Amino acid sequence: MMRFSTLIRQPAAWMHPGGAHGDIVISSRIRLARNVAGHTFPGWAKKEDRIASLGILQPPIEALPEMKDGFSADLSRLGAVEKQVLVERHFISREQAAKGPGSAAVINRAQNLSIMINEEDHLRMQAILPGLDLKTAWSLLDKVDTELDAALPYAWDERLGYLTACPTNLGTGIRASAMLHLPGLVLTDQINKVIQSVNKIGLAVRGLYGEGTEALAHLFQISNQSTLGQRELHIIAELQTVIERIIDSERNARQKLFEEQPARLRDHVGRAYGILKYAHTIESKEALNQLSMLRLGQDLKLLKPSDGMLIDHLLVEIQPAHLQLASKKKLSAEARDAMRAQILRDALKNLPEPEPFNLPVEEPGTAPEGEN
Amino acid sequence: MLCDLCKEKQANVFFTQIINGQVQKVNLCEECSKKKGVTDPTGFALAELLLGMGAPAAPVKPAEPGCPVCGFTQSDFKKAGRLGCDQCYRIFQQDIEGLLKTIHKGTRHVGKVPASAAAASAGNRLEELRKELAAAIEQEKFEDAARLRDEINTLSHVAGDK
Repeated sequence: MMRFSTLIRQPAAWMHPGGAHGDIVISSRIRLARNVAGHTFPGWAKKEDRIASLGILQPPIEALPEMKDGFSADLSRLGAVEKQVLVERHFISREQAAKGPGSAAVINRAQNLSIMINEEDHLRMQAILPGLDLKTAWSLLDKVDTELDAALPYAWDERLGYLTACPTNLGTGIRASAMLHLPGLVLTDQINKVIQSVNKIGLAVRGLYGEGTEALAHLFQISNQSTLGQRELHIIAELQTVIERIIDSERNARQKLFEEQPARLRDHVGRAYGILKYAHTIESKEALNQLSMLRLGQDLKLLKPSDGMLIDHLLVEIQPAHLQLASKKKLSAEARDAMRAQILRDALKNLPEPEPFNLPVEEPGTAPEGEN
Repeated sequence: MLCDLCKEKQANVFFTQIINGQVQKVNLCEECSKKKGVTDPTGFALAELLLGMGAPAAPVKPAEPGCPVCGFTQSDFKKAGRLGCDQCYRIFQQDIEGLLKTIHKGTRHVGKVPASAAAASAGNRLEELRKELAAAIEQEKFEDAARLRDEINTLSHVAGDK
């Protein structure tokens, strides 16, 4: 089995660059909820029942060919910082991190598959890949699910499908989602309109860490809500269509900014460059939002690609638990902010400054364009 | 279980009180519980009923029917929005039924089926087909019989039936 330190030395699969539409889609994720027949759901089970069901669930999961040389840990044996690191990498949920004994996480060596045991359901398994690649994520997870099906008697009803603790996951138990970077739509004030129309067709828009979280770094998670009455591939195709439309809107918004508000766009990128390269203390939220602008600047070729750590790595590495783990000691909030600034300065040390830009000279007599 | 007071009717109000670390339980029928004011939490104390001791009263609720497997009740569902175990879906079918339409785009599962369930439903269908085959042979409808035989062969593969 892989050690925690080994796991954390390597970036998660979704943090690698080069996926389809990687300039806008950070990652694609498929999650399946499954329960085992005859065992009380984890949220209602007593501690000893949860420990007993964990004993039944964990061995066949560890024995999966996909989990060979993977990571597997009882959550009660991980420290708070280690659990939070797994949250920051999207391997476990915040809810799972708060769970006590009788709960575990199993992650494969390639870090594109993770299975939470005894979160809200007995099993929450997910495949997460870089870029827009929902179908590959589904086939990866579908295979794992079929293998586990042979070892565990799933809770099932012919009419309601896979039975889950919450009726919102009944049927397929599938949640397909993609993490999108949408600074263009935010800066052009179109994001609310997009969120509303996405909501209207029954899809959910969430922040960086799922339900009820803030949209930091202009990152938005789009996912299906209905899980009953449609086939898995149908749900995935529907989501994919919507995501492709959002990608088009984001590209248009970026183009519009580039052509119509060049000074404003370059101001955002330039300030992000200055702050991240020269700050000596910086909070997580500001760092995430400035990194978002740096990412936008690189995507629009206003900035050269960084030769050091990639921005998508930095987005994870500067988060509180990753910092604590890297420093090997408990850090005060102030110490964290200083360390974060140091990591950013080091990572961006060799990043050349944005290409020079001069406002076009206005012809005398023409009214100046309104810049807001 | 019979009522502790009248010892005639079925008890359906269950009351537990802890006084000085001592657990006391009383099971009453609905009538006796009303007579003793059990439904009015302020006017009732177990100790008073049993021992005539003065003790603060605990709130009392008539026992709510729940899932026989895991003990989950309807009010637990209202509070948590989640169910206790797979059997709860049978017990609380009616509560969930109405909800499904508001959450999902359908009310009937389509999509992946666990291997065991696929085999079971194939097994049921096989049985039907075999009966049809027997009837077809009896009525000398040999074309139908041939078609049914082919169908049975394919399906018995799925059901793992030899």
